[in-house]
This record gives sequence, structure tokens and C-alpha cells, in this order.
Amino acid sequence: MGSVKAELLRLWKWPATWVLIGVWLVMTLTFGYVFNHLALNGGTNRADLSQQQLISSMQPENVGAAVVRGLPMFGGAIVLVLAALAVGSGYGWGTWKTTLTAGPRRVSAMAGTLGALGIIVLVLVGLTFVVDLGAAITVASLEGWDWSLPGLGVFKALGAAVLIAAMWTGFGVFLGVVTRGPALAVGLGLMWAIVTENLLRGVGSLLGPVESLTKVLPGGSAGNLAGAVGGAGAPGVLTDLSGTTAALFLVGYAVVFVGAATLLKVRRDLV
Amino acid sequence: MIVTTEKLTKRYGDRAVVDEVSLSVRRGEVYGFLGPNGAGKTTTIRMLLGLVKPTSGTASVLGEAPGAPKALLRVGSLIEGPGFYPYLSGRDNLRVHAHRRGVGRTQVEAALEQVDLVAAAGEKFRRYSLGMKQRLGVAAALLGRPELLVLDEPTNGLDPAGMADMRDLVRALAAQGQTVLLSSHLLGEVEEICDRVGVIAQGRLVAESTVEQLRGDSVLLIRADPIEKAQVLIEGSTVHGDVLHVRETDAGALVRVLVAADVDVREVRPLRRTLEEVFFEMTGAA
Repeated sequence: MGSVKAELLRLWKWPATWVLIGVWLVMTLTFGYVFNHLALNGGTNRADLSQQQLISSMQPENVGAAVVRGLPMFGGAIVLVLAALAVGSGYGWGTWKTTLTAGPRRVSAMAGTLGALGIIVLVLVGLTFVVDLGAAITVASLEGWDWSLPGLGVFKALGAAVLIAAMWTGFGVFLGVVTRGPALAVGLGLMWAIVTENLLRGVGSLLGPVESLTKVLPGGSAGNLAGAVGGAGAPGVLTDLSGTTAALFLVGYAVVFVGAATLLKVRRDLV
Repeated sequence: MIVTTEKLTKRYGDRAVVDEVSLSVRRGEVYGFLGPNGAGKTTTIRMLLGLVKPTSGTASVLGEAPGAPKALLRVGSLIEGPGFYPYLSGRDNLRVHAHRRGVGRTQVEAALEQVDLVAAAGEKFRRYSLGMKQRLGVAAALLGRPELLVLDEPTNGLDPAGMADMRDLVRALAAQGQTVLLSSHLLGEVEEICDRVGVIAQGRLVAESTVEQLRGDSVLLIRADPIEKAQVLIEGSTVHGDVLHVRETDAGALVRVLVAADVDVREVRPLRRTLEEVFFEMTGAA
């Protein structure tokens, strides 16, 4: 418990935590509400979104889908950056050395980091929900729509959002431990989340086995879970797998990433 | 014994960074771990704290295996400079560390006071001077009132005033009965504040004893004329150029003998090897 408290204290007071959460909130607001609202009121290029789809995506009752929509790719990338920085920076600052000589077992120290990051992820999803709901109610009120608060189904979407963010967090932690530094971890993570999986999807249109593989890669699984809970209409969101299958893949990835990172942390010398 | 190692070895490939080091630190002493840069001091200390696993050999810290939580909670350490979060204040960094060690806020304030950092405790760590950073590192090491304090090159990078402050701090801790394992490549520092010394060179422990023992017996230098007559009068003396060396004894009695025999005595003084001379002899031979 002491390790979680310690990590939470330092992550809570870390400007990078709030800068990244702030960037994510601005992105979700801008792409989820501001642009859609502008498009609804005189935008010229609505792509393939009908007016009804635009209205539906901004309705307060659909706020769960709005929260989960951006997480498979951009939100996930931000969470991954936060986790990779949180773990990788400790090598450069020498804080891992301080942590591991303070008393806790290495497993407990890692559990502290993971626990604190888990709480930050919950805060991020919670804030996203609150900000998106506020934006949705504002838009609905401005437009004079009849609106209602989201039903219990919103918890399914929020649960999916937490699971997607947790998987990307695990990926970031894994990269931070493997590379023992923030720069390479962040670079590799962003490359994977934003570039590599999309490139593989492009190759997948030519090669069947690659296409099948892309559906179950970390980003693909996240996209499929988002798609399964109604988060359509954003980059990275897919509808190839059932929600349960996608969720199982995400749990598997999270366990593998966190497990591998912990194993490395426990076994490797800290020089 | 509070720390013991038996043939402790760390190899990276074919290279032995620490080679069969067997040392012991007694309760209540300030043990100086002396060696040139790259001799294997930090790797040995990292092994004692469980950060690095030995290739072979054994070690015991407070009766536990290195890195065992039971032992680490009773050890305070500062290894190769302080590792703190640059964006947190000194006080918040100590609070983070206190959570990990399971100690309360009152100890944070007491530690800040002990290293004279209360006034700057609210400033961000990144704005601290090197001396303040080192002092915060010592404050962190003191949290939880450890039985053993391990300080690896605590004066590294400090200006002379900072070095003096750090030495005073270690001396004050030692006066309170604190066991300290102090690694350093600064001979004066070790000579001044350590009870016993382990000298490491190229990964091997080449000596372990008190500073006095390391320096060996003191010798009297006598400049007298005629020197041949003086040598005959003083049993066991040896001629070195134009002076005599004799194992230190009652200098007054010697002078009386020489004067009574009509020998001119021009200079009599103790001649002691400095730790520096001993150190270079040992590390050069290693």
C-alpha cells in the first residue's frame, strides 16, 4: 500500500500527467463535439456521416460511445506515452535505484507503479466522461434537442474504455522497462500505436493471413472492443470481432505486458 | 558484524568487476571503502543492496541476504548521487520515500532538519545545488532511523565547503553510534573520518584494517653529524642518504645519548607514511 501511495503522490504532482490528460480531453472535445457541431451547422464536407449520425454521436445518452471512440488509437497512444514516461524516466532520474533500496520487494514496487497508473487511468476515463457529458449537454441545449442522460449501458462503454486504456498502459510500462528510458519507449510505442498497425492493415488488404492478424493485435483488439460498444466513426475503431473476444485479447495483452515487465524488473540488475 | 561478504564476485562476460571480495563491517564503526574510480566500489555496494546480483560468493547485511526487504528497511543508502523526482520539492521527494519505507511525516521533518534543508524543503529538487541534492540524499537515507548507512561517494562533485559539511555530518552521525559504510576515492576524507578501511583495486580487496595499521609503524628521522657515529650509537638504525631512520621510540633519550657522545643533532622528527602513500603502494601493486 505504501508503494501505491508513494507512486500516486509523485504521479499526481507530475505536470506531465496533467498535460497529457489535458491534451486528451482537448482532443476528445475537439474531434467529438466541436468539429461535429461545426459540421452540423454549415460544414461543407461531412464525409460519409449523415446529419442524423452527427446528431446521434453528440447526444448525451451516447456519451459512453464518445468516451471509448478515441481510445483505440489516439487516446491509447497518450496513455501509452504517460506509462512509458512514468516508468522509463525513473532510470534516467535514478529514482528506481532509490525505490528499490527503500525496502519494498521489487514485485511490490512494480505493483505500486501499476496500481498508481491504474488509478490515473480511472481518473482519465472518469474525466473524459464528465467532460464529454458536459459538452453533449451543452450542444443538445444549444440545438434545442430533446435529450436524456445515458442509461446503465454507459457502464459497459466505460468498462471497455478502462480495459483499452489499461492495455495501452501495460504496453507503455513494458516498453519503459525493456528500453530502460523514456525516449525510446515513447518512440517505439507511438510508432506501434499510430503507424505500424495501420501499415499492417494496409498490407492485410493484399494478404489474408496478415489481415486476420491485424484484427487481434493490441490496437486491433482495442478497436474491435470500441466498435462492439458502439464507438463507431473514429480512426482505429473496427467491427470484425465480438466484444467478448476483443475483451479477452485485451486482457491477455495487459497480463502479458505487465507480467513480462514485472519479470524483467525482478530479474534484471539495476546498474 | 553488520555486513560480511565472502568471495563476492561480479563478472560481466570475462571481466571481473568485483573479484572475490571478502570484507566485514562492524557495528558502530565508520568503514571506509577506498579505491580509485572504476575499482569496483559501487558494484560491491549495489550487490550489498540487492540492486545487482553477484555472479558468485555470498554476502550478508544485518543477517539477511542482500536486497531482502527486512534488511533494506534497516539500511539507509545513497548510491552514486541522489535519485529524486526533479519536478517535486525536496519535502515531497522525502514524503514519497517515506511512504515506501513506511515512516511518518514527522521523520521527514526531522531528517530535513538533520541535514539543514528545512528552509529549502519547498523548492523543486531540480533547482537544488549539488550540495543540497547530496544532503537531501542523506536525509532520505536517514528516514526510518537505519542501523546501517551506506554512502557511496557522498562528496562527489561538492565544493570544498560542501565536502566539509558532508564530513561533519558523517562525523556527527558516527558520534551518535551510527554504523556507516562510506565509499570514497578521496584519501583525506577516509583518513579523517573512518575507523577501519578496506582498499579495493581492480576489483580485488587488497587490504582491510585500521588506518593506523595501514600506515604501519612510525619511524623517527634523525639528521646528525657525524652520521656514521650516530648510527653506531643508535641500535637498529639505518642510513638513508644523510639521515638515519629508527623505529619510533623515546626521542628525548636518543637525543641525550647522541649529545653526550658529542654528536651534533640537527633534526629529529617522526616520519609517517600517509594513507596516500600506502594507497598508491597497494593499488599500484594490485
